[in-house]
Amino acid sequence: VFVVNLWPSIFQGCFVFKPSAKKKKTALSLGALNFQQINNHQQNMFCLCKALQDELNRNILDSLLDFTRKCSSTRQHSDWASQMRASEIPTAALVLGVNVPDHDMTFQSLSDLLQQSVTPHVASVQAKECGALKHLMKRVLERLMDTVVDDEDEEEAEQTSAQLNKSVHCSLSTLCAWYNAKTKRCSHVGDDLQSPPLVIIFKDLEAFNPRVLQDFILICSRYIERLPLMFIFGIATSPSTIQHMLPHSVSSLLCIELFQSLSCTQHLATVIDKLILTPQFPFKLNGKVMQVLISIFLYHDFSVRNFIKGIQLALLEHFHSQPLSVLCCKKKAALLNVMHLGPQDLERIRQLQSFKRYVEKQDPQEQVNLFTDDTHLKEVCQKLIKNLRQYHKNYYPILRCLHTLTSSLPRYPLGKQIRELHLICLDKNIWENEDYQSAMKLLKMLAKDQLIALLQRCEEILQAAKSKNIKMALFMFLNNYYLTVAAEPSPSVEDSITSPVKNLQKKTDLFQLQKTLLEMNESRRSKKLSPFEALRNEALEFIDSLVKSDILPSCSSQTLNEVCYYTSSATVRRHLNATPRTSIQAALNIPYYYLQNDRLKTEDGIVSNAAPDICIVYKLHLECGRLINLYDWLEAYSTVVSAAEGNDPGSDNFGKVDDVKHARFIRAVSELEFLGFIKSTKQKTDHVARLTWGGC
Amino acid sequence: MSSLLQHPGHEEESLQRVSDQLPCREVQAGTLLSLMGQYSYPSIFIYGHRSSGKSHVLHVLLKELELPHAPVSCVECVSVALLFEQVLLSFFGADAASLLPRSPSLSDFVRVYRNQCSQSPAEQTRYIVMEKAELLRDADANLLPALLRLQELVEDNVTVILLSEIVWDKFRPNTGCFEPLLLHFPDYSKGELQHILSHDRHPSYSAEFYSSYINILLGVFYSVCRDLRELRHLPHAMNVAFTCFCVSSVKETDTHKLWRNMEPHLKKAMQTVYLREVSSLQWEKMQQMEEKESGALRGLSAHTHVELPYYSKFLLIAAYLASYNPARTDKRFFLKHHGKIRKTNFLKKNEKTSNHLLGPKPFPLDRLLAIFYSVVDSRVAPTASIFSQISSLVTLQLLTQVSHDDQLDAPKYKCAVSMDFICHLYGIYKHLL
Repeated sequence: VFVVNLWPSIFQGCFVFKPSAKKKKTALSLGALNFQQINNHQQNMFCLCKALQDELNRNILDSLLDFTRKCSSTRQHSDWASQMRASEIPTAALVLGVNVPDHDMTFQSLSDLLQQSVTPHVASVQAKECGALKHLMKRVLERLMDTVVDDEDEEEAEQTSAQLNKSVHCSLSTLCAWYNAKTKRCSHVGDDLQSPPLVIIFKDLEAFNPRVLQDFILICSRYIERLPLMFIFGIATSPSTIQHMLPHSVSSLLCIELFQSLSCTQHLATVIDKLILTPQFPFKLNGKVMQVLISIFLYHDFSVRNFIKGIQLALLEHFHSQPLSVLCCKKKAALLNVMHLGPQDLERIRQLQSFKRYVEKQDPQEQVNLFTDDTHLKEVCQKLIKNLRQYHKNYYPILRCLHTLTSSLPRYPLGKQIRELHLICLDKNIWENEDYQSAMKLLKMLAKDQLIALLQRCEEILQAAKSKNIKMALFMFLNNYYLTVAAEPSPSVEDSITSPVKNLQKKTDLFQLQKTLLEMNESRRSKKLSPFEALRNEALEFIDSLVKSDILPSCSSQTLNEVCYYTSSATVRRHLNATPRTSIQAALNIPYYYLQNDRLKTEDGIVSNAAPDICIVYKLHLECGRLINLYDWLEAYSTVVSAAEGNDPGSDNFGKVDDVKHARFIRAVSELEFLGFIKSTKQKTDHVARLTWGGC
Repeated sequence: MSSLLQHPGHEEESLQRVSDQLPCREVQAGTLLSLMGQYSYPSIFIYGHRSSGKSHVLHVLLKELELPHAPVSCVECVSVALLFEQVLLSFFGADAASLLPRSPSLSDFVRVYRNQCSQSPAEQTRYIVMEKAELLRDADANLLPALLRLQELVEDNVTVILLSEIVWDKFRPNTGCFEPLLLHFPDYSKGELQHILSHDRHPSYSAEFYSSYINILLGVFYSVCRDLRELRHLPHAMNVAFTCFCVSSVKETDTHKLWRNMEPHLKKAMQTVYLREVSSLQWEKMQQMEEKESGALRGLSAHTHVELPYYSKFLLIAAYLASYNPARTDKRFFLKHHGKIRKTNFLKKNEKTSNHLLGPKPFPLDRLLAIFYSVVDSRVAPTASIFSQISSLVTLQLLTQVSHDDQLDAPKYKCAVSMDFICHLYGIYKHLL
């Protein structure tokens, strides 16, 4: 899945066309640097991803392996119960969820694991290669026996008719013979697993033709006595599909056990947690890009693989489009790279929005220095990069802290998932958010034991954090808090309230009543806080101050954030969530957008008469009603094209339709018909019907 | 017992073994035996319901009496070549089978057969047993008539035995053919079922006790299932409860107590094991768990909920609406200013029957998208992934494509999920549907 090897070659291609060829030397050296960095990045990130996925699937894969082992071992037992069950084919129904693109990887690691530890005979088949029973049988045999199976229909096989006698026939009896030969050879060695099972994995059960599947199972059940067959069904929707696909007479031949995999949202949460919410990788996504990737996941496909591909794309785009991305690497390398920056790159730094903001805050002398002295700028840059790194180190632990505190609050003011909180923090300063305020208020209302548990978890998170300076100060402090809070007995609220109530019973006057109530209210407001409450407020204020100091400037306000953060959400959206119709209309309306020819540059809404024929025809058809007269259309087209050829408008030939124009017109019209903008109609002769209205 | 199976051609001993293995099928076996002789009928057609012992009887007879035979399953023979090959292989060995040319025709088969046959003439009648013969009807038109009189074609002493669940009347080709000898295998009666089921008893129980257990079991299941194969699956699935009872009860003869103890288990099994909702292995585990009062296991159909991406959900809802509402009503349901529609004319007569009874109707892609855009609450760009979601819904079999795959222009779909499923998908919309 992670075709790391593929990317460098693509990338080399990108660099050849790098537009800034003026300072070739720097560009090239930076390019080389970049190239190495990307490789590193990719490898690090995607090795981690692979490990993550394996880890996530560990549970279900392990139980599947157990299942296969158990099935193959019970076959060899000869007790009464397993004898009675011998006629059923053991089957694992593996429910994987609708994120079909992710399944490939799971099946790959499943078959790898099976081959390593249980049986060498594993065949996985997909529905699209098994349209008929014959094909399914052929694929299964090929993959189990690792040979080419003869197929009568294939033309190529015809040529090898000389080898006819040796041809392997496509039936399970062939497999039986092969298996017997194989196990006999193995039994000489004398290992304990004498008959390893033959596992057949159906990757996408839903897509299989039910007829084919039924027949295949029927055939297999005829051989189950001789062959230790086993099925694994990959199911995307729900296990009841088995019942929809197989009639009772067939499903009774199977002994089905159900395995449920982790849901894809959990999967995504882990990937985000390990890949994005970590200072380990210097490359970051800004809020908008994250939002695009997450919404593609939630709204469209549920595919973690596609999500990771999205990050991959953003990474490539970032290193390609942002020359300063040379600084987006490990700390040492980044500091070194700063020293290698050429004058052009330093100029780029000076142009950065975040850097300008930084400069404005400095005193005038420093400002001048920054703009004129290159070596000084480099030093400052090094400092700034260190700061940025420090910021990230602090940011993630505190983000997690805040999440643990707020994720259990009623109605989730700051989101259920940590990614939502992260998105809020990416966009702007979190304490300006109303939800943050309400979350803090809610926190103050928490019961003691709840609060303590939360603080305890916060402490654990901070303890795990790598940033030394804050860690020490922080958790010592926190530790104090929750220990003292825990030691404090819960305050007795009753005695403070009871006294005015007692007074109340004696008096029945309405005025008096109002007065007492007011008093009560007053006294409660001004009432001295119990030690618990005081401590609680202090603790929460401390958290608040932490948030304000460390998540303080939201990521976008950090100086030099452009180096690490990829910002172009539009690019990502365009690449990952394409809109074919919009592109076609853009191409027809503004041919300059794609062709980049200066002659095509026009003002908005006007098409140049030098545009391709189809654009002109399209533009003309927009002015028509539901039915378009072909002749009028042709005339109009001919006029426009004549103008483009530079013919004198006064001459006789102007606007005349000659054969060439006629042909070009017809071709353009048929192209429009092919794209689905018009269609022929029988309502009126020489007319076509228009199919689209309004712009997009 | 052995009096039922008597035949001068075979040894007493092997006949005895045959009759031991064929409980309750002595009559049929006897008839077959009398048909199998030195000179035999060209073709025999045996029909009877599933698991009425057709293949079993033949298998045992031919095997125990050591008669040359070729068992062929028609399901397995995806092409006639495989069929021919299997027959030649079991009669004359692998060399003969390899003499067949690529994609052999029937005459190739006959030629090779005659060749081989002249080299090794039959001492006894050869038998070709074809299981699931109903599939032969879908094969080439000349195959079935030719097989029925194969004896004449190959000039050998060969009998073709066809086994099927369908009566012969449904087989007869229009052009007419040789009439095979018809033989019917009736269903087992309740007594016979009990007799057979008692055969595979666990070695630790006495025959009488096990038989009374089977009796109880049949009492519950006989009304819903008479399929022997299904019934055989049950006693051992129930085994845990049974052994549990056996351990606790002292007297093996107390059938009343057995009934009282087993009935609840049996009733429960009727809903799960019998329908194969739960595999026998899981059922056993569950039974063991129950003793420890653990949670119950859910069957296959209990897991019907499917998590779908946001837009897929709405696409499916839109598809459902498009399938079950007439297209005329779309304007009224999905437009804000639809104008007045006179109520009397609104529903046509045939539309008064519930649309759910009529099943889903096909709808074009355009209509699906139009409804989708009006149902989904935010503005959705018509991106490529919306369209790819439709096709992935088709592969997941939640939608079915009605038009042919090749038709790119205005494909038509049907919604393949039930109302319950849709309600599950979006609880909020329940009141609208």
